[in-house]
Amino acid sequence: MLIEVTNLKKTYQLGDIEVPAVRGIDMSIEKNEYLAIMGPSGSGKSTLMNIIGCLDVPTEGSYILDSKDVSKLNDDELAEIRNRKIGFVFQTFNLLPRADALHNVELPLIYSGLPRAKRKEMAEAALDKVGLGDRMHHKPNELSGGERQRVAIARALVNNPAIILADEPTGNLDSNTGEEIMEIFEQIHAGGNTIILITHEEYIANHSNRVVRLLDGLIQSDENKQ
Amino acid sequence: MFDRFSLLGEYFVMAWMALKSHKMRSALTTLGILIGVTTIITIFTTIQGMNEYVIGELSNIGSSTVYVEKWPWVIRGDFWRYRNRKEVTYKEYEALAKYSKTADYISPAVWALRTVKYKNEVYERVPVLGTNEQYKDTDNVAPADGRFLTEMDVYRNHKVCVLGDEVAKNLFKDESPIGKRVKVGSDKYRVIGVNEKQGQVFGQSMDNYVLVPYGTFRRVMSGHRGMRISMTVSDVSKLEDMKDEIRGIMRKERKIRPEEEDDFAINQQDQLTQLYRDLTGTLFAIIFVIGGISLLVGGIGITNIMLVSVTERTKEIGIRKAIGARRRNILSQFIIESIAIASIGGIIGIILGYFGGSIVLSQMELNTGVSLSVIMVGFGFSSFVGVAAGFYPAWKAAKMNPIDSLHFE
Ligand SMILES: Nc1ncnc2c1ncn2[C@@H]1O[C@H](COP(=O)(O)OP(=O)(O)OP(=O)(O)O)[C@@H](O)[C@H]1O
Ligand SMILES: [Mg+2]
Repeated sequence: MLIEVTNLKKTYQLGDIEVPAVRGIDMSIEKNEYLAIMGPSGSGKSTLMNIIGCLDVPTEGSYILDSKDVSKLNDDELAEIRNRKIGFVFQTFNLLPRADALHNVELPLIYSGLPRAKRKEMAEAALDKVGLGDRMHHKPNELSGGERQRVAIARALVNNPAIILADEPTGNLDSNTGEEIMEIFEQIHAGGNTIILITHEEYIANHSNRVVRLLDGLIQSDENKQ
Repeated sequence: MFDRFSLLGEYFVMAWMALKSHKMRSALTTLGILIGVTTIITIFTTIQGMNEYVIGELSNIGSSTVYVEKWPWVIRGDFWRYRNRKEVTYKEYEALAKYSKTADYISPAVWALRTVKYKNEVYERVPVLGTNEQYKDTDNVAPADGRFLTEMDVYRNHKVCVLGDEVAKNLFKDESPIGKRVKVGSDKYRVIGVNEKQGQVFGQSMDNYVLVPYGTFRRVMSGHRGMRISMTVSDVSKLEDMKDEIRGIMRKERKIRPEEEDDFAINQQDQLTQLYRDLTGTLFAIIFVIGGISLLVGGIGITNIMLVSVTERTKEIGIRKAIGARRRNILSQFIIESIAIASIGGIIGIILGYFGGSIVLSQMELNTGVSLSVIMVGFGFSSFVGVAAGFYPAWKAAKMNPIDSLHFE
């Protein structure tokens, strides 16, 4: 089992008010699954994904990633895991505006301490893979939305992480461009990676093998499509 | 604090990108450091140029020679208490010559200003010194032509003289001075030697003198002041012993009671060196305070801008953290950025300060040396300010929560 969460809870503290975002989720995800998380706004999808991505820690419950309990790790240990095992794709791309495509894609490799030449080689390969071999030195504001998202995917892929997490990756794109992006995800999945994707669109969720629906911080349904 | 060296270059690239995107802001921020470093380097370069000159000049005064005189070279405290002292006498010279076991050479020196003439050449107000044959060793002169005074010249009070290079050049244009008779004051002396040129010390010629045997001087010259006795020890490690010995002999000669102070001075080159060091030490302290204040102000400016920058770039920090930057990566990145801002001012400051110092020194007609220490001082100060000013903002950035910073708008 790649991912195993048990009785996972996350409660935000807003002054005196407690906001329960995730209220007890049990879920396991196997290697090379392609999972879509759906559910209404505020149902806790992003919160769950951030915990799975080691960006955040649960208030309660356990999280075993790759047979390691990561729910009690400190900041730097989590950073290490994000760097090596997880690639994020965000709705708003989250690229560094001043850096060109190549540098953006190199970033995770810089933090893994790879030598410059090796980094460049790997980043170029990743950009080629998403079809941006001829846009390496464009800055984000010199790229279209779809191209930006492809840079972000290249960045998520470059370290060859086990898990790709995508939070509404097509949310800011028109449906044609969204389809293009989804094709790239299919290729990545075919390459052996595990993909977890949040979406509001059924047609996007159709690309996945399994759909988990959340409601009010709990799993409402979990269906395998095969 | 910094991690793998391989990342250091990356941090500089990141810093460069960040500074480039805010050129004006970076330039204004570094101005404080620029002014501080310029001030420090200007004065530092000036003092260094002066040091080289002064220490070099002072080393012309032999370090293994002491001078017994009425006046100390460096007067500390009450000037008036030295006025009533007795002059150093020939009798005391004789006592020192007789009883000192450590001194290898000893010479008396009395002097007066006289007009020196040869044929039609007249040279006025020349210092004439009465001394002995050991003056060559105590005061480090050597005959370039002819010979120096001998024991016999001194014993017999011969009417001979040795000329300083400048006197010889002024009186004898083309001819050799050796064997010629020159008029010193009212008497004629045979020139037996001309000493090697010694050049200048603090702009004063060291070659403007006539040396005659002590006894000869005493018989014919009048109007001279007290005597100076020079004593030299070949082995510098015995210098202190010699000074103790001199004190003992002088106190005994002058019948000074144990509770009384010395009423003579034992002068030595290091007194002047020390005086100079004290003066420049004070100057140094002043520039460190002035430069320090402007660096402090500059540093506060950098801290301020870095805090703004960290806030503005919260999202960037979140992105970096999301893809695996650890706290120390973020800390290093922002500290290096702060060092980079400070160093730009520092480097320009070093260059401006160096030129500033050169201009001041050239006004004093001194040379400026290019020295590594100036560059080190400039870099040291600016890097230190960079680290100190950047630490708090960088630490703030490093401990940001990845999720919150990622969602920052
Ligand atoms: N930092 C926070 N502080 C307080 N409450 C939060 C915080 N982040 C999320 N929440 C709350 O937690 C709940 C779940 O939020 P989450 O972002 O996981 O929803 P979501 O399912 O991703 O919604 P959407 O589809 O709109 O992105 C929401 O009610 C939200 O208001
Ligand atoms: Mg969400």
